[in-house]
Amino acid sequence: MFSWLERNPFFFAVGVFIVISFAGLIEILPSFTQASRPVVGTKPYTVLELAGRHAYIKESCNACHSQLIRPFKSETDRYGEYSLSGEYAYDRPFLWGSKRTGPDLLRVGNYRTTDWHEAHMYEPEAVVKGSIMPSYKPMFTNLANVETAYAEAYTVMKVFNVPYNQEVPMRDGTKVVVPLALTWEEASKEALEEAKLIAADMKDEHVKALVDSGQIPEIVALIAYLNSLK
Amino acid sequence: MENRLEYDYSVAKLFTYATLVFGVVGMLIGVIIAFQMAYPSLNYLAGEYGTFGRLRVLHTSGVIFGFTLSGIFATWYYIGQRVLKVSLRESKFLMGLAKFHFWVYIVLMTLAVVTLFMGISTSKEYAELEWPLDILVVVMWVSWGLGMFGLIGLRREKQLYISIWYFIASFLGVSMLFLFNNMAVPTALVSGVGDWYHSVSMYAGTNDALVQWWFAHNAVAFLFTVPIVAMAYYFVPKESGQPVYSYKLSLLSFWGLMFVYLWAGGHHLIYSTVPDWMQTMGSLFSVVLIIPSWGSAINILLTMKGEWQQVASNPIVKFMILASTFYMFSTLEGPIQSIKSVNALAHFTDWIPGHVHDGTLGWVGFMIMGALFHMTPRMFKRELYSKKMMENQFWIQTLGVVLYFSSMWIAGITQGMMWRAADEFGSLQYSFIDTVTHLFPYYLIRAVGGTLYLIGFFMFAYNIYKTMTSNKAVEPASMPNHTPMGA
Repeated sequence: MFSWLERNPFFFAVGVFIVISFAGLIEILPSFTQASRPVVGTKPYTVLELAGRHAYIKESCNACHSQLIRPFKSETDRYGEYSLSGEYAYDRPFLWGSKRTGPDLLRVGNYRTTDWHEAHMYEPEAVVKGSIMPSYKPMFTNLANVETAYAEAYTVMKVFNVPYNQEVPMRDGTKVVVPLALTWEEASKEALEEAKLIAADMKDEHVKALVDSGQIPEIVALIAYLNSLK
Repeated sequence: MENRLEYDYSVAKLFTYATLVFGVVGMLIGVIIAFQMAYPSLNYLAGEYGTFGRLRVLHTSGVIFGFTLSGIFATWYYIGQRVLKVSLRESKFLMGLAKFHFWVYIVLMTLAVVTLFMGISTSKEYAELEWPLDILVVVMWVSWGLGMFGLIGLRREKQLYISIWYFIASFLGVSMLFLFNNMAVPTALVSGVGDWYHSVSMYAGTNDALVQWWFAHNAVAFLFTVPIVAMAYYFVPKESGQPVYSYKLSLLSFWGLMFVYLWAGGHHLIYSTVPDWMQTMGSLFSVVLIIPSWGSAINILLTMKGEWQQVASNPIVKFMILASTFYMFSTLEGPIQSIKSVNALAHFTDWIPGHVHDGTLGWVGFMIMGALFHMTPRMFKRELYSKKMMENQFWIQTLGVVLYFSSMWIAGITQGMMWRAADEFGSLQYSFIDTVTHLFPYYLIRAVGGTLYLIGFFMFAYNIYKTMTSNKAVEPASMPNHTPMGA
């Protein structure tokens, strides 16, 4: 049979394809029949948080920081509760990372503040002695791409039914609504309001001035994102 | 000799140049980021464009899709014609397609470098390019596949040689993986605002992770394993003048590899939130994967049976035999890391990049360089410039690889142990930063190892360049071509 296949390239290729498709069909397809369902307490990202997530991806923070807490005592002691599948329901793409040169960030919003991030992103070594993380000073002047973040939020709402403008259940029994405006003009105003709240907790005068003038530097969006990681 | 086929190596030559250029660039960036981990001030050499985060993806893309892929294409355009007994010259269409393939590839790589420097990335490892470039990837890949099947269609040798099996598998495997993993919705098309090139993944969270690691693990299969085995099956017999040790073993290992490899992606997700049975399958199949991997490696090594003295006398054989040995080593190490309890320690540590690099530097790099050492004199009809330099390069690079993986073993295991260390009260013993500063010496040793490998690569590039431009022409007939495959 093999000798025959080797004389008939078409059937050879079909044979190879069948053999390599097996694993995908059995391992991957079944998990798609049950869509990733959010757990209680998981809510969609706001436009500003998404803009921060894009900045996170732009700088490949995920090359050194994981967002996956494994179910070991040593990990839950260090980072908090272990990860649940549903917590990632609105993560497109997932950002688990594959290397922990720096610590895990999945629940960094629980134990770091805006102020801490501001100082740390500006000069990590000044906050954590011996840190090998580069400083991200350009993020204090580069503007966040909020428009593209809005485009993404709008897209996932329309295409993947992400529940913006709907009540989502929280762990304490309350319900919250993550608003998403239906036009970019409206959404940009909302994002700016959110940015002002972050900037109010920051010290950098230049950043405050930018936000006052209606512009959002990357650092503000990034901190909004990091604060949302809980 | 009058009916001897005149093979056309023009495209193989073009891809050979690309292999050299991308090799130098990709490995140089690798050395820079290795030093950045020891000396963080090196992050600021190029403003916001020179940080570890920006450069790492350029390193991985540069060596995988630049160096390795060019090497694969260069060897395909050399081996393909020879084992199928058909020259590219016989078909204007296939010749044009091959040239088109090369230039699309160069345009694609140039755009990839620019966009990655700008920070335009999907974040998915080894699939970072955004959708417009993904479409270009498809065009590039299909033009390769079309050319491959075209050449196979015109072949005079009816039975497909082992190397061709592997090239076909590489083409099909990457096609399937790439298409599924890069499924995304362009956001500007739906919303009408924002960057036109931005897209959002079709899969969310755990599903996204599952597809991504099914892709990334098997991209390793179909770029770092399958086509490199194709090279081994052609160049080891050719260079040594020995027939392949066992046809049956090559059958077993080919079909075994095809079936088993794809299951093993789950080993990247052990103790994550993907279903437990998938993690177990990933672990189990990774161990089973030893069989077909070692099957190929043993088959290649035993091809030298009775002719082992060539390993000492012929530096090209030396490169290829060491490559195959590293293949065995790496395919044993991988399954060990996939065992759940080992993975609990090894995952997220430096042991993982350590493992990747003994495979890529030792196996992929050595085999591609061995192949180009064999091909260049035959393509350019020039004698190899310096055997002495090859010898020196071999030992410098081998030392580099050993320094690399041994330092990363120690770093990885140390890091894993420190993360979990508890004091007498059961509290964590080390803060995270303790585990970072402790690794400084190993990061330094790794960077030195990488530098040695890079120096060796410069020697390689110089040797090949001098061979190409030498004015000492030789008759192709004087080069040993004494295998049963002829020509």
